[in-house]
Amino acid sequence: MSGSFVNVGERTNVTGSARFKKLILAGDFDGALGVARQQVAAGAQIIDINMDEGLLDAEAAMVRFLRLIAGEPDISRVPVMIDSSRWSVIEAGLKCVQGRAIVNSISLKEGEGEFVRQATLVRRYGAAVVVMAFDEQGQAETAEHRLRVCERAYRILIDRVGFAPEDIIFDPNIFAVATGIDAHNDYARAYFDAVRRIKATLPHAFISGGVSNVSFSFRGNNVVREAMHAIFLYHGIQAGMDMAIVNAGALPVYEKIPDDLRERIEDVLLNRREDATERLLEAAERHRSDGEVKAEVTLAWRAAPVRERLVHALVNGITDFIDADTEEARLELKRPLAVIEGPLMDGMNVVGDLFGSGKMFLPQVVKSARVMKKSVAWLLPYLEEEKAAGSGRRAGKVLMATVKGDVHDIGKNIVGVVLQCNNYQVIDLGVMVPAAKILEVARAEQVDIIGLSGLITPSLDEMCYVAKEMARQDFHLPLLIGGATTSRIHTAVRIAPNYPEAVVYVPDASRAVGVVGQLLSDVNRPPFVAGIRAEYQGIRENHAKQGTGRRKQTLAAARANGAKVAWAGYQPPRPRALGLTRFDDYDLADIARRIDWQPFFQTWELAGRFPEILNDPKVGAAARGVYQDAQEMLAQMVAEKWVRARAVIGFWPAHAVGDDIHLYADESRRRAIATLHTLRQQMVRDSGRPNLALADFVAPRESGVADYVGAFAVTAGLGLDAKVKAFEAHHDDYSSIMAKALADRLAEAFAERLHERVRKEFWGYAPDENLANEALIKEAYQGIRPAPGYPACPDHTEKRTLFHLLQAEANAGIHLTESCAMWPAAAVSGCYFSHPESRYFGVGRIERDQVEDYARRKGESVAAVERWLSPNLNYDPATLAAA
Amino acid sequence: MTDRAPRRAALQAALEARILVLDGAWGTMIQALALDEAGFRGARFEAHGHDLQGNNDILNLTQPEAIQGIGRAYLEAGADIVSTNTFNANRISQADYGCESAVVEINREGARLARAVADAWTLRTPDRARFVAGALGPTNKTATLSPDVNDPGFRNVSFEDLAVAYAEATRALVAGGADIILLETIFDTLNAKAALFAVESVFDEVGFTLPIMISGTITDRSGRTLTGQTPEAFWYSLRHVRPLSIGLNCSLGAKEMRSYVAELARVAEVPVSAYPNAGLPNAFGGYDQTPAEMAAHLREWAASGLVNIVGGCCGSTPEHIRAIARAVAGLAPRRAPERPRRLRLSGLEAVEVAP
Repeated sequence: MSGSFVNVGERTNVTGSARFKKLILAGDFDGALGVARQQVAAGAQIIDINMDEGLLDAEAAMVRFLRLIAGEPDISRVPVMIDSSRWSVIEAGLKCVQGRAIVNSISLKEGEGEFVRQATLVRRYGAAVVVMAFDEQGQAETAEHRLRVCERAYRILIDRVGFAPEDIIFDPNIFAVATGIDAHNDYARAYFDAVRRIKATLPHAFISGGVSNVSFSFRGNNVVREAMHAIFLYHGIQAGMDMAIVNAGALPVYEKIPDDLRERIEDVLLNRREDATERLLEAAERHRSDGEVKAEVTLAWRAAPVRERLVHALVNGITDFIDADTEEARLELKRPLAVIEGPLMDGMNVVGDLFGSGKMFLPQVVKSARVMKKSVAWLLPYLEEEKAAGSGRRAGKVLMATVKGDVHDIGKNIVGVVLQCNNYQVIDLGVMVPAAKILEVARAEQVDIIGLSGLITPSLDEMCYVAKEMARQDFHLPLLIGGATTSRIHTAVRIAPNYPEAVVYVPDASRAVGVVGQLLSDVNRPPFVAGIRAEYQGIRENHAKQGTGRRKQTLAAARANGAKVAWAGYQPPRPRALGLTRFDDYDLADIARRIDWQPFFQTWELAGRFPEILNDPKVGAAARGVYQDAQEMLAQMVAEKWVRARAVIGFWPAHAVGDDIHLYADESRRRAIATLHTLRQQMVRDSGRPNLALADFVAPRESGVADYVGAFAVTAGLGLDAKVKAFEAHHDDYSSIMAKALADRLAEAFAERLHERVRKEFWGYAPDENLANEALIKEAYQGIRPAPGYPACPDHTEKRTLFHLLQAEANAGIHLTESCAMWPAAAVSGCYFSHPESRYFGVGRIERDQVEDYARRKGESVAAVERWLSPNLNYDPATLAAA
Repeated sequence: MTDRAPRRAALQAALEARILVLDGAWGTMIQALALDEAGFRGARFEAHGHDLQGNNDILNLTQPEAIQGIGRAYLEAGADIVSTNTFNANRISQADYGCESAVVEINREGARLARAVADAWTLRTPDRARFVAGALGPTNKTATLSPDVNDPGFRNVSFEDLAVAYAEATRALVAGGADIILLETIFDTLNAKAALFAVESVFDEVGFTLPIMISGTITDRSGRTLTGQTPEAFWYSLRHVRPLSIGLNCSLGAKEMRSYVAELARVAEVPVSAYPNAGLPNAFGGYDQTPAEMAAHLREWAASGLVNIVGGCCGSTPEHIRAIARAVAGLAPRRAPERPRRLRLSGLEAVEVAP
């Protein structure tokens, strides 16, 4: 990561996060670690740690927290910013971190002697440093003074202490403005000026700052405060700010701030008029949270010439006027092709550039593509009339398909749209496409590239097969590999060796254009392909060298370290009714309320946590747009019943037998009707943690305790296909992808809702549970609902057992493909476990002894099990077979 | 100490001109002496209240001739740099033998013995000066991890304890005449930061500096140090001392170590050192790789432009060093990459911030 603005995570700061402060004051360090973990998981590149709180022994808290972090690799993988106004706290912290940290902060406040002493120690402890623009005279206020202090510090740090300039970060003081005191009027402008001048005169140094000070006079009016922060950051970044400690969750998007408010805030921040403060105070009254003034949709752009209007419509994804504008352009430019090659291509080039440089995000690009497609569709009859439907116009033809047995295609469709935006012709064969069909079409259509997609494990094998077939049939086209289950290493080690031509892994839609461009350029292709080959060769060699993962242990040893659940005296709850319960036409509104939106943004390749992402300074605008469109479509989906939600659940008496779970026909527990096979974690555990298998959460037969297990299959995708096809017929990929993404969310929410009702009613062990949706999403309840194909239960074939038990096809309308993908794709199936200690975990990698044992238990061949579980093997079956 | 400046200049010049050769294993050679308890104690520690067999560092005081013999053998085999027999000569590790009070003397003598043999060889081959690297080992404790699984916040050694112990050892190595401080076999970067903090403080005390060589150890094929850092993150944690070299040693044989050395070679703006074990241990804990096999690996690294300083760790002998010195003779030293100025930070993994 480099070259982008860095948001330093501020939630592990007692002065910045009330929640963190409460946890630390209560001595709940586990909870505090959870805050740190979330922050890193949400993408914080650095975490700021501050324990400056009057009631705390800040030194002790800093040391304890940093030491605890050291044992948590998912937190300690990122650098820390050790933040305190007290040097003793900073120094205590520096003695606890093995990584290279940032000290925040030191200054010339107490003179050069103390500054040099502290800076020398910072360097000696191996940290970078934030320097406040503060000297013996106090905090620097004018741009000149700020620059002077920073320059003095810079020279001392470099010349006398031996700092490298790139290890220095300046905080040139963000003060409150619009305070009514004239002397303060220039503070923000002076900051921007100082930033610009520091950047120009002190090469390689960085600029940071805590933004919330600036709006201090508007306490109580968060609308204005947050707008001020956003606008301040906007100008700060323009001036050269590199990082900030900010509450990114409360930042509106610059462009979305009402014009009058923005103008008046800018008047204040940039000190543009005498009466700026009065005018902002007056505007602030109109912009309180209660009576918020809505931004007017401006149609000013409609006054521009038609060419510019088309470009504007493309860049902003506006379809409202596209037919009329396209027609006007066609008449003006005389020929339909000139419209495509002129304004439409101009617009798409802008879109391509903005996307390529990270200024536009996926949902916006897909919307632009919709505008493009609609415009081209309008022109199509004229093009045909002219018989000039320029096939030579296209940059290249890409065939895309989700492989046989797999039904997931949202990601593939997004790649297809992005490629079309870049002027490639895309032939999309849809889902569950057999190899023969892919190759037949590729030949008939003379495509330039084939792209394969897949989400479930067995698709990996199918991709290898397609590659082999391409080799056998003497194809010479490049092959692209993508989808959630694929990886660079799998592509290099398993797929590429099957096909002598270029095989390239494409991690996401944003990379697809670059890869296709390289592959279709006569000049760039040879070096690009050679580079990929060398890279994959390296991966293969590394893989061969590593062979397997880290330390191993036997299945017997892992079993001996299973979860020690105390069954004696435990009375498992009995479900209110055994057997099956069906649900049809379930109330969509009830489901929609329980949607977890986080994964929705991942689908659109927008990184960040919900809801904070809506105000993210970088992707916030895109996130808000796609979220608003989603809300609108969801309302329509519910009101017009685009989909039918069906489900079936069931409960059976059960016992664990070894790592298997036997399900019985009735309470006599004499006739077993099915066996669920579970896999056990087999990694070496040093920490005293157990090696879990789902079977651990069910009472073993020998315990004599009567236990139960449930199962479920739900879908919210019945009927969706018709709707999606209708969108595609209208050249509206954006809505088509949106509808699928929403159906996926509804299916997950439906599973969540039914699980809640299972706990409260059908199994009924938690009748009084009362959790808010947020707590539900965080799984703060008793019992779990693991699904086959997910980490606790990676074997997709267990779905066959579940579907048989539930008669899911007849009862819920869900059908399993030969690769155990569910159709409709918006579906979830899994098991219910009730024990209070049951929890989610990842099986991780397993050894050959467990695979053999599992194959024997399932009555499958070892080879078949290895194929289904290939991502979970801690050995290479090929090498083992050869040895 | 007046000739310190010319020796430092000679070291810099040699490093720019060719690949330098470090010595091989000391433990392996000392084991081969097959000394018994009395041999370790010598006359001086006859009445010491603790067993001393296995305390290799004490031999600087009780068997100085034998120790010099090992150094001589490595120099004769072609080593440019001979290290001191002081791997465990710090008060934390010596506590195991009740020898804390001898730490200063062990280090000073270790450096003095090596200084004498190196100077003798410099006289014999004046066109090729020989250098003494004063060795600081990792100690037997870790400041980053808790030894108590039930209390992850607990530590059995602190930054201050480590800094005090390392400063004491460093002072004595400098007094004994070391040319270089060699911090080696680092499994915990926080221990190493404490060591470097101490080394720089000692430089302040004595009023001059010595070049520092830093060498970490990748514990297994996870490609990380014991405390979880990637090689790149490890480098960013320690590069503030602007060392003479950064590298890896021990734990792995050359074959297994190559990719991690290559990772350092890609990111380090300073010379890269590597001295692997003579292969992986066999069933008896011994090392089987022959001098020719080991030399072939290191030659390939040199030819691929990965290294500036090579040598051997556990299991290597003067014969290994002789083969290695021949194998890399005449091959160009690695050229450090020009890297753009960036704020480089690390946790377990590396982070770069560009302006």
